[in-house]
Amino acid sequence: MVAIPGADIPVVHTPADDKPGFWARWFYSTNHKDIGILYLIFGIFSGLLGGFLSFMMRMELATPGIDVFSSEHTYLVFVTMHGLIMIFFMVMPALIGGFGNYFLPIMIGAPDMAFPRMNNLSFWLLPVALICLLISFFVPGAAEGNGFGGAWVMYPPLSTTGSPGPAFDFIIIGLLAAGFSSIFGAINFITTILNMRAPGMTMHKMPLFAWAMLVTAFLLLLALPVLAAALFMLLTDRIEGGTAFFDPARGGDPQMFQHLFWFFGHPEVYIMILPAFGIVSHIVSTFSKKPIFGYLGMAYAMVAIGVVGFVVWAHHMYTVGMDVNVKAYFVLATLVIAVPTGVKVFSWLATMWGGSIRFTVPMLWAIGFIILFVVGGVTGVMLANAGVTTYLHDTYYVVAHFHYVLSMGAVFGIFAGWYYWYGKMFGHHYNGFLARLHFWLFFIGVNVIFFPQHFLGLNSMPRRYIDYPVEFEFWNMVSSWGAWITLASVAVFFVVLIEAFLMRNKRRVGNNYWGEGATTLEWTISSPPPYHQFSVLPRIDAGDSDPHEEVDEAYARREGDSA
Amino acid sequence: MAGAVEHDYHILPPSPWPFFAGIAALVWGLGMVVFFTGLVPRSGDGAMMEFFFARGLDTIQGRDGSGGGWIILLIGTLMAAYVMYGWWRDVAAESARGEHTPVIDLGLRYGMIMFIMQEAMFFVGWFWMFFELGLFHKFRAGWNPDILENPESYASWPPPSIETVDPWHLPLMNTLILLLSGTTVTWGHHALVHGDRKGAKWGIGLTVALGVLFLAVMAYEYTHLFHYRLEDGMNGTFWLSTNVYGSAFFMATGFHGLHVLIGAIFLFAMWARLMNGGMSPEKHFGLEAAAWYWHFVDVVWLFLFAFIYVAFV
Repeated sequence: MVAIPGADIPVVHTPADDKPGFWARWFYSTNHKDIGILYLIFGIFSGLLGGFLSFMMRMELATPGIDVFSSEHTYLVFVTMHGLIMIFFMVMPALIGGFGNYFLPIMIGAPDMAFPRMNNLSFWLLPVALICLLISFFVPGAAEGNGFGGAWVMYPPLSTTGSPGPAFDFIIIGLLAAGFSSIFGAINFITTILNMRAPGMTMHKMPLFAWAMLVTAFLLLLALPVLAAALFMLLTDRIEGGTAFFDPARGGDPQMFQHLFWFFGHPEVYIMILPAFGIVSHIVSTFSKKPIFGYLGMAYAMVAIGVVGFVVWAHHMYTVGMDVNVKAYFVLATLVIAVPTGVKVFSWLATMWGGSIRFTVPMLWAIGFIILFVVGGVTGVMLANAGVTTYLHDTYYVVAHFHYVLSMGAVFGIFAGWYYWYGKMFGHHYNGFLARLHFWLFFIGVNVIFFPQHFLGLNSMPRRYIDYPVEFEFWNMVSSWGAWITLASVAVFFVVLIEAFLMRNKRRVGNNYWGEGATTLEWTISSPPPYHQFSVLPRIDAGDSDPHEEVDEAYARREGDSA
Repeated sequence: MAGAVEHDYHILPPSPWPFFAGIAALVWGLGMVVFFTGLVPRSGDGAMMEFFFARGLDTIQGRDGSGGGWIILLIGTLMAAYVMYGWWRDVAAESARGEHTPVIDLGLRYGMIMFIMQEAMFFVGWFWMFFELGLFHKFRAGWNPDILENPESYASWPPPSIETVDPWHLPLMNTLILLLSGTTVTWGHHALVHGDRKGAKWGIGLTVALGVLFLAVMAYEYTHLFHYRLEDGMNGTFWLSTNVYGSAFFMATGFHGLHVLIGAIFLFAMWARLMNGGMSPEKHFGLEAAAWYWHFVDVVWLFLFAFIYVAFV
């Protein structure tokens, strides 16, 4: 984390700053900022889609009995697609494709990504993938109806003989396209980080968001091809006269799919949360007006999480009949992850400790992130224990756990980044009151949805069921009220966007509208940045100088100039 | 020097190829689904419906099948081929104009290394499957006989009813072909570095020929296996649907074959560039990347040969 004096890096406008025409700019783009915006728009769209699916699920579950959905199969299709869309088409595009594309090159002082054309390919494979998933809603799946209802984990035989129709084939093709998109993106990020850092920016001076993206990209690169292999196995197993990988009658092993899937699936959860870690680190540091506490520890904690994340996958499979010694290993390895995660949480707290804290909108989201992620993390430590999970497996306790780390961890990270960088991306500010209203409604809403699900899970209410006994009614009703509150907060979010757009000319922002604490390179260039930034590369000072001093010197110099 | 770009990175003009690559992927994906599963059940009638029947493996397995999936698949593949041609033609032209500075050249190297890493992880998936089946077959043999028709036949691996491929005939020959092609590609590369363009053309051209020969031998082996597969479920060779041994064998070697094909096309494109006077002793990263990729498929084959052919006979 290096402080960069803001004013003395020239913003140079070159003929290359002339923007191409509409079609060429947005469809044939080779500009990391435009592609980042495309990703963010795509993420918002998918978020609404996935949110609609979950809202319908909550309406169904508000009372016992089947009253909203016409069939159980359709409910299961909604459950499945909610998971797939939120993971692959909302969280990943927003955090990795959106903020990663837009801010990673700027933060490391690069003019663009390493492979600008491949960057655009990464984006355009996502709408293709989403189209495939949307088609799958409307083509035959299982005998019970259209769409695939075998859950996002796609275990055979539900995904082979259980859904013979083309609906699931479309999901396979869609996920392969999304997977290739992410693999190309990962290659791009790693190359950009290793090859295009500004002069003087050593790896150990790189902003934490860049470290987060580096680890995330390696996880994508190494985990997704294994998913691709597993998806191809499903594809050929499904063909008439095809393979027998997961067909026990011909010697196949359905449990192997779970191993292959979770070897991808567990790194995937860190893929979704690590970029949020990076964003939150910057926000906490900025609004505490302190450099992040334990910078190197923070960076290598993420590396440790990434490495250990590859050897814990079978903790998703405690009930498949594994040997007790294997379970013991996976319990131990999983609990080890709590250590680097604890390093991160305590470093955020230590950054705030003694700082001059400003409770701006992004800071609210970041603190919300830390609180709620810790709740999800603590239930994660519980679920890591094979003995406990034998009873809690596939109950609402698990649902509550992973929504606390995802729909509150990753999503709070996304909103924190959105409100932190909104002015940087669009050049104007949003209304602080409305944004705070969005935060509080969302914070209350998601907690009301998911906290009662802990109680339901401890009382053994299973996941993915359309109906439940009347004993579970009260907390389900409360949970569904939370869905209404969250819906209201989403509405407020759009009011924030519209209001900010209408008032755009009255709330222009400068280079560094957060002031002193914001020390990374994006705050040295205009808001919005020039079409191609850093025509002259910024130089980062060598040595172990104290970032505070550099900032102070810069301010002193600037005051001297103006005086 | 205000206004000038003072860095060595490549700022590209907008390019249509990625967008059309997405369209090609969509068409290709639709073709895959129609080809393998079909959009409508077979009971439907009408020529229009028949177009969307599954064709899948029925045709090569001698069963009746009609459907248009392969047409869509072919269109998607041709579109993808055209996109790749246009895209890489642009890259080659940029290189020829000298736009690839040393730092961009280094970036391309990083990119290729990462690409090969992800390919390696893809094969990790197939090998993992194979080792699970080969090493833990006794557990599956102990499964409930209700779900396993003949558990005793999985007490050993490979299942005793099937006759495996003798590794010391065609597979050994293929190993030698690939190892030889590894030497010819190095010959071609070094010839180019030393300015011997004729030698480079011969080296790369021979590598492509050896790659095609490998694929031909593999195709011969596959047709042979298909011909003598277990028709009655008792004795003979195997096919990918016979049992899980056949599945693991054909998918692992088949995906390797696909990668040999990709590598051969990659090398062929480099050979064509050489023949057209492209590439210089100093700047020829495309050829180097193709050589890296070729060595990668070579190494994967050595693992396949050692474990799938030799170790589990």
